[in-house]
Amino acid sequence: MWQKMCEYIADNYMKILLQVRDHLVISLLALAAAVIIGVPIGYLASKSAKGEKYLTVPFQMLRVVPSLAILVLLIPVMGTGIKPAMTALTVLAIPPILLNTVVGFREVPAFMVESASGIGMTDREVLKKVRIPMALPMILAGIRTGLVEIIASATLAAKIGAGGLGEIIFTGLGLNRPDLLLIGGILVALLSLGSGFLFDHIVGRALPYKNLKE
Amino acid sequence: MEAIAYQGVTKKFNNSEVNSVDHVSATIAEGEFITILGSSGCGKTTLLKMTNRLYEPTEGKIILFGEDISTVDPIVVRRRMGYVIQQVGLFPHMTIEDNIAAIPKLSKWDKERINNRVTELLELIDLDPATYRKRYPSQLSGGQQQRVGLARALVTDPKIMLMDEPFGAIDAITRLNLQNELKKIHDEMKKTFLLVTHDINEAFKLGDRVMIMNAGRLLQFDTPRNIVQNPADEFVDTLIRSARDQEEFWEAVKI
Repeated sequence: MWQKMCEYIADNYMKILLQVRDHLVISLLALAAAVIIGVPIGYLASKSAKGEKYLTVPFQMLRVVPSLAILVLLIPVMGTGIKPAMTALTVLAIPPILLNTVVGFREVPAFMVESASGIGMTDREVLKKVRIPMALPMILAGIRTGLVEIIASATLAAKIGAGGLGEIIFTGLGLNRPDLLLIGGILVALLSLGSGFLFDHIVGRALPYKNLKE
Repeated sequence: MEAIAYQGVTKKFNNSEVNSVDHVSATIAEGEFITILGSSGCGKTTLLKMTNRLYEPTEGKIILFGEDISTVDPIVVRRRMGYVIQQVGLFPHMTIEDNIAAIPKLSKWDKERINNRVTELLELIDLDPATYRKRYPSQLSGGQQQRVGLARALVTDPKIMLMDEPFGAIDAITRLNLQNELKKIHDEMKKTFLLVTHDINEAFKLGDRVMIMNAGRLLQFDTPRNIVQNPADEFVDTLIRSARDQEEFWEAVKI
């Protein structure tokens, strides 16, 4: 089995690299879309209890629908290829990002805002200098969750012809070849874990105050 | 010159039946150290917050150096004053230096001026600039954090400093040190200080004059000596007696 896997990789490494690239491109685009949608809606939702209810519940409900079902449902509307795949993955990643954004802004203590206003910051400055930076760790944690979920689920995109590492897995399923299944599965797992670690590393660099020794 | 004049200042919150601050009138001279004493809910914090327009009075006027503050942009009013709160409110994502320099940076001071000012203030509050300027608030003790809070409030060299129970969350020994240092800073700078507290010892120790408030009303506003000798009413009398009782307790356990 090990040998078969090595052979396949040796013969197809260019193709595999391209699939890894496609996989990452789809994932990152879907993540970007989820951030662009999730963060602003989350910010709006954090402003009032009513807003939170009406803005988060629909996305919560979408979360219950499996990605595969969304993919299949989208085919009549969007056809096959990268567009429906991106949509399904974006929908998947919005809830963690949106909910964490709400919590992030909600958890900025009132006294922090008061002390910022009290020393003479305008509302905009308070938002930019205090509220956003203080909500950021929570928002980033949501984005991280979204990223890992997307990379793992992007495998399904191959099912509707959007490419990525799912191709190897579905080929393996079709031809009943466990070696391909393993290669695909391991690569997706590595990609998912690796991107999570990389993300943590970048966040650690960007937010030095988060990992201080007291 | 009058630094602050309260003229019939009243605040009634929407969700409340009674006036939280009830027709308070008082004048404060420049350079005075005023303490506002009262138990929680007496309106002392509300009065303080109206002074920098965090709250707007329902009735009455507040005049700072001859200028009615309701005619001045709240941001301008606040930038002319220092503001320190009990929870300190240092920004956890900024270094000590950036915390102190928050407003100067927004006001676009040049780098050198900011640097010099931060150094000067860190020396004033007895924190070694080289050691502390690049640290984060979570790396400092509560007492040190409140010193930085004080430095941040002093950064624009405001004529008036507002402090809302600044030492309320600090242990007794550190609190005594900070009180002494605050008194020293006041004596050196001759700014007008307004400090809200519920601690009668703190109020009488620090204040040139003490405002005693209860249920939104200003009961007495006088020097500590005059208040002790001529309490204005029953409430003030009880307050002083409670402090005396405590003193007797300490005398009693000494023997």
